Amino acid sequence: MKNRIKVLRAEKDWTQAQLAKELEVSRQTINAIEKGKFDPSLPLAFKLARLFNCAIEQIFTDEITE
Amino acid sequence: MKNMESRKKEKTPKATVRLAIWTLAWVLSLALSNFGPHFLWESKLLSTVFIGFNFLIGFGMIWANIKHINSLDELQRKINVDAIAFSLGVAIVAGLAYSTLDTANVISGDAEISVLVVIVSVSQMIALVVGKMRYK
Repeated sequence: MKNRIKVLRAEKDWTQAQLAKELEVSRQTINAIEKGKFDPSLPLAFKLARLFNCAIEQIFTDEITE
Repeated sequence: MKNMESRKKEKTPKATVRLAIWTLAWVLSLALSNFGPHFLWESKLLSTVFIGFNFLIGFGMIWANIKHINSLDELQRKINVDAIAFSLGVAIVAGLAYSTLDTANVISGDAEISVLVVIVSVSQMIALVVGKMRYK
């Protein structure tokens, strides 16, 4: 699953550590999600959407339907 | 949901310390149960009491381990669960192979459970390191 977290994070000028703190997860988790190595759970995806004030679909893209 | 996650994050260091304390208590009670009859007492009743005590502490350690895993964030939990699954598989495969080596008289002496414990522990540690590296 592709995502725009790195772009959205850059827009806010946040580091991975800052985003991790906001989401209350480890920095390693943010890094793995950004690189597409790990897909977050639905609750974490909703938290990301709330934090960036956008819909989940605007952050995550299903590679199969592209 | 945010409160639940906040509580989870606060719980992680606490759960880790609790697991360390329970593990230390279990190791010490196991050592006492093992070496006590050789150096400290001769009573079978006392040995039974200490073994029972060790058994109960073991359940405390299992409970602390579950609490620890539940306190982790979702990626850390996945890495830990994957490592546990790997070491469980190794325990079955290596344990039965080792037992068969003993029954077939390929190895000298009896198969010791401690060897299996070491294999499981080492395999879990390796799987944890590999998991950490995979998601780096």
